[in-house]
Amino acid sequence: MKKGNLLIWLAGIVVGVCAVVLVTLGNPPNMGFCIACFERDIAGAIGLHRAGVVQYIRPEIIGIVLGALMAAIATREFRPEGGSSPATRFVLGMFVMIGALVFLGCPLRMVLRFGGGDLNALVALLGFIAGIVVGVLFLKGGFNMGRTQKQRQVDGWVLSAVMVGLLLLLLARPVFNAEAGGPIFFSPEGPGAMYAFWGISLIAGLLVGIFAQRARLCLAGGIRDLILIRDSYLVQGFIAIFLVVLIGTLVTGTFKLGFAEQPIAHTEHLWNFLGMSLVGLGSVLLGGCPLRQLVLAGSGNTDSAMAVLGMIVGAAVSHNFMLAASPKGVLVYGKIAVILGLALACAVGLINREA
Amino acid sequence: MIEVDVRGLSCPLPVVKTKEALEKNPDETIVVLVDTAVSRDNVDRLARNKGFSVNAEESDGEFRLTIKKEGG
Repeated sequence: MKKGNLLIWLAGIVVGVCAVVLVTLGNPPNMGFCIACFERDIAGAIGLHRAGVVQYIRPEIIGIVLGALMAAIATREFRPEGGSSPATRFVLGMFVMIGALVFLGCPLRMVLRFGGGDLNALVALLGFIAGIVVGVLFLKGGFNMGRTQKQRQVDGWVLSAVMVGLLLLLLARPVFNAEAGGPIFFSPEGPGAMYAFWGISLIAGLLVGIFAQRARLCLAGGIRDLILIRDSYLVQGFIAIFLVVLIGTLVTGTFKLGFAEQPIAHTEHLWNFLGMSLVGLGSVLLGGCPLRQLVLAGSGNTDSAMAVLGMIVGAAVSHNFMLAASPKGVLVYGKIAVILGLALACAVGLINREA
Repeated sequence: MIEVDVRGLSCPLPVVKTKEALEKNPDETIVVLVDTAVSRDNVDRLARNKGFSVNAEESDGEFRLTIKKEGG
């Protein structure tokens, strides 16, 4: 192994170990981490959607952003920058979330599900790769959403400050409305009620944030770089996570090979494929997967902060419009939204071209 | 000498543009201007993987990478 590759393997191992430990300590099955699901839970917790089984302020998300912030400051890489089509990135973030919730997972949970033996994630991986291939074609055709500019120092801190606010809400659990509940909502049952102790989740998030920032871990970038420039650096992180989770789920006895009866999953192959195609394409256009967007936002990138906020709003839209899948499958609304999302992402790829 | 300014471009455009420049001008010295450590590392890795030597100078949080043919 080349010395430069040590960091990406280390980051992958940290993510994989944390994921297995978090599931053992209470997180939903095959969901030690899921950036899409956890941002969706946060959207529900602050009342943006009313899906009662998926509402919780996930400390993992808070930790990833703050861990990346700490790593970026410690290495003098913190840099407030943005202004490369922020509104487009917000909308792309929404549709990445819609695609992820049709599959029931972000690229990270796709790897965790695959490592746990869920073969639906293999179908999704093929879709993810297809989406990335299309994204690479746009890149080769001159796709560019414009240059970022340096932003004011405080703007680079905004998403991190929001995360601290969410942490305070989680710890204080304020009640303003004793009858209807609120301002925050926590699931009494379902995946939203399955979680590890908040301190453990926060520390796991911080660790992942720190290592992901240092290694530049990105699950979409791995496959993209392999196709685009034949560089295998990032994809090694992907492989490391998979191997650790495979071993971890075998050791903890949660490994289960097959398509049917997988936890928080459905078997509609076409929609697992297309849902993750949308995530792959959207991630390439955004310059990174949902995990990478959190890390970049923590490092001061305000465009990524917009993508993250877009994903949170997209999660609310997903549940309010019945787009998100359930273990029973995907409703027609979700199918239409994925097709619309693919069309929209292609339009973004075509329109934003260098002259 | 050819200058490639990838400042402010998001991933993976800095690498894509450097790769294009290297492929079009394999015998020229190429200077790439980048403004993030991530892009610096990515461009550096690309050039070294392709057998070029890279010299990085930092000033004001930005980097100037001089890419030459190994031994050239």
